[in-house]
Amino acid sequence: MQLSVLVFVLLGVMALAYHLGRRRSLATVGGRVGARSLHSLPSYYGFYTALWAGLPALLIAGLWVFFEGSIINSMVVQGLPSELRELPPAQLGLLMNDVNNLASGNIVSGEVDATMQRAADHLNELRSIGSTALAIAVLSIALGTASLAWRAIGPKMRARNRVEVIVSSLLVVSSLIAILTTVGIVLSVLFESFRFFQKVPVTDFLFGLEWSPQVALRADQVGASGAFGAIPLFAGTLLISFIALLVAVPVGLMSAIYLADYAGPKLRSNAKPVLEVLAGVPTVVYGFFAALTLAPAIRGVGESVGLSVSSESALAAGLVMGIMIIPFVSSLSDDVINAVPQSLRDAAYALGATRSETIRQVVLPAALPGIMGGILLAASRAIGETMIVVMAAGLSANLTANPLDSVTTVTVQIVTLLVGDQEFDSAKTLAAFALGLLLFVVTLGLNIVALHIVRKYREQYE
Amino acid sequence: MDGLPSEEEQEMTTETATVDVDVTVPDPQTASHSKELDSNFQTVGEVRVANARMTCTDVNVYYGDKHAIKHCNLDIGENQVIAMIGPSGCGKSTFLRCLNRMNDTIDICRVTGEIKLDQQDIYDKRLDVVPLRAQVGMVFQKPNPFPKSIYDNIAYGPRIHGLASSRAELDEIVERSLSKAGLWNEVKDRLDQPGNGLSGGQQQRLCIARTIAVEPEVILMDEPCSALDPIATAKVEELIDELRQNYTIAIVTHSMQQAARVSQRTAYFHLGSLVEVGETTQVFTNPQHKLTEDYITGRFG
Repeated sequence: MQLSVLVFVLLGVMALAYHLGRRRSLATVGGRVGARSLHSLPSYYGFYTALWAGLPALLIAGLWVFFEGSIINSMVVQGLPSELRELPPAQLGLLMNDVNNLASGNIVSGEVDATMQRAADHLNELRSIGSTALAIAVLSIALGTASLAWRAIGPKMRARNRVEVIVSSLLVVSSLIAILTTVGIVLSVLFESFRFFQKVPVTDFLFGLEWSPQVALRADQVGASGAFGAIPLFAGTLLISFIALLVAVPVGLMSAIYLADYAGPKLRSNAKPVLEVLAGVPTVVYGFFAALTLAPAIRGVGESVGLSVSSESALAAGLVMGIMIIPFVSSLSDDVINAVPQSLRDAAYALGATRSETIRQVVLPAALPGIMGGILLAASRAIGETMIVVMAAGLSANLTANPLDSVTTVTVQIVTLLVGDQEFDSAKTLAAFALGLLLFVVTLGLNIVALHIVRKYREQYE
Repeated sequence: MDGLPSEEEQEMTTETATVDVDVTVPDPQTASHSKELDSNFQTVGEVRVANARMTCTDVNVYYGDKHAIKHCNLDIGENQVIAMIGPSGCGKSTFLRCLNRMNDTIDICRVTGEIKLDQQDIYDKRLDVVPLRAQVGMVFQKPNPFPKSIYDNIAYGPRIHGLASSRAELDEIVERSLSKAGLWNEVKDRLDQPGNGLSGGQQQRLCIARTIAVEPEVILMDEPCSALDPIATAKVEELIDELRQNYTIAIVTHSMQQAARVSQRTAYFHLGSLVEVGETTQVFTNPQHKLTEDYITGRFG
C-alpha cells in the first residue's frame, strides 16, 4: 500500500474513532439527556479516541519512513555475494546506488550483471514486503489503541483534561521542531567554520584586509594567494547597508508619521497595505531594477558631471535596498507611533501645542525606542540581503568608503563561493561557512538588541 | 464676586443671549428618564451670569449622525467653579471639550452654535486654536504626564509658547506652578526624574501644574479625580478651591458630593440636553426639574 493511501485510511479511521468515541460517551450515560453527567463534552471523548487512533500509528509510520532506507539497504548488502560485501565503503555505496537505480528502472552507470539484477530484485521484494508490513502494523496499532481508548470511556473519565494534555504536548513538539532546526543550522555552520579556522587562523579571517579566496590546487600555480580577510566584505556590507538606511529611515519614518498622525482613516487603511506591497516585491526584481536601470542611470549622471562611477556601484545597490526596507521602517514605526496613547497627544494639544510640535516633542520621543527597534530590524534585514547585491554590487572586494566604487558584500561572497562544483576540504568552500557564521552573529546581535528595545518600550504604557 | 447679579444686570451683561430662559414647570413629556428631551426644550434655571468668561449660545455637537449636544446655552462665570453632572454618555465631557476646541482632533465631530471667550467667538475661522488652548487649559480624566522628567513636563508649555526668556525664569515658572498645585514640596528634590514615576494623585497634580504653567484663564477638568483614591481626591479638591481665586474652572464629575464640595454653580446634563443650571446649593437642595431631582436623589443614573 502506498504511504499516501495509508495516511488517508488512517484519517478515515480517526474520523470513525471520533464518531464512535462520542457515541459511546453518550451511550454510557443514557443518551443526550444524560450528557450533563459526563465529565467533559461528548466531543472531547470523540477527540480522545481519535487522537489515540491516529497519533501512535502516525508515530510508527514516521519512524518507519525515517529508517526504511537504511534497514532495507543493509538487508540487501547482507544478501550480496561476499566478495562484493568486502568492497571499501565508497565503492559499495556506488554499487548500491546502481542497485537502487536498477530497482526503480533508472539508468545505471555500468554493466548490469546477474548479481546486480538479483540484488535489485531482492530490493524490490523487500520494499513491497516492507510497505505491506507497515500498512498492517499501522492499521492494527491504530485500531488497537483506538479500541483501548474507546473501552476506557465512561462518565468519570476526564477526556477534556487528557485531550488538552495531548494538544499541549503537540504544541511543545511543534515549537521544539523550530528550535531544534535553528540549533542544527547553527551547529552545522559552527563545525564547518571550525574546520575553516584550522586552515586559516581566526585572526587572519577577522582582521585581514585582503579577500581573495583562490587557493592553489597545484604547488606551481600562480596568482592564487588565498587571502581570507573578511574586513573588505564587512566594509562593503556596512557601506551598502548604511546607504540603504540613509534612504529608508527618513522616508520610512516620515511616511509613518504622515500615516499615523496626518492621514485620514480612509487614506491610511488604503495607503498602508500599498506601502507594505513594497515588502512583497521579490528581491530578485529589485535586483534587476538595480542592475539594469539604476546603476546605468547613476553612471550616466556621474559621468555627465565628470565623476568616474563604476558600473556596479555601492550606491545603486544601497539605494534599491533602501527602497526595499522602507516598509520595515514605516510599518513598524507606524505601529509604535499609533501605540502612543491618545491621552499624551491630547495633553500636548490642550497645552496649545501645534500638531508638529506634538509629534516632534511628545509622540516621537515616546515612540523612539520602538522606532529604533524597527530601524535595527531593517538594518539586520539589509545586512543579510543577498539578491540585490549579487546582481548590483559587484564581486571585487575593494576596501573603500566611496559609494561610487564597486564593493562586494558577505552574502555575495558566500554565493560565489558555493556556486558550482565544490570540494569540501578546501579553505575556499569552508570560508563560506565562516562568513555565514559571522553574518549570523551580527544579525542575531542586531535582532536581539532590537527586540529588547521594542519589548522595553511596550512595557512603558501597560 | 459681589453677590448674585440681579435680573436687570443680567439683561445688560448678556447681550448675546438670544434665548429666553424658561423657569416654569418642566414639560410633562420629559418625565421618562430614557426619553430624550425634545429639541425645543428650554433649560431650567439661570444659564447666564453677570461676569461670564465664556458664553455658549445654541451649541450643537454632532458625532457623524449622532446629535450629542442639543441647543445648549450656558455661561461660565469668572473665578467660579461650575460643575457639570449627569449620567454617563449625556454629553458633559463633549461639551467641556468644545470649550477649548479639543473636539477638533476628532474627525467626525461637528460643532455649531456660538461659544465666546471674552466676547471672541472661539469657532471663528480666523481664530488660531493654539493661543485659545493656551488660554483655556484642560486636565484629563486619567493623569497623562509626558514620558519626560517632572521639570520638562511643567516646562513643556512655557517652552512652546516662549513664556520664559531665560533658564532662571523657566525655573521660576516650574517652581511656581508646582507650588500652586501643592506638589513642590513633594518633588523639589527629584525634578529630573520621570513624571510617570509619581503616584496617581501626584501625577494628576503634576498635570494640573502643567496646565497652570501656561497661565490659562479658564481650566477645564474632565473627571480629574475619577482615577484617584480619596486622599488624593481631597488634595485635588482643595487645590481646585484655591485655584478658583485666580482661574475660571469648569469641572465634569460623576461624584455629586464632589460637585457639591467644589462648585458654585452646577449644570445637569441629560442625553445631550442641558436640563438644569443653578447655584450648587439650590440645585442640590431644591432641584426644579424632575430629571435633576431623580438624578441627585439617586433614583437613576
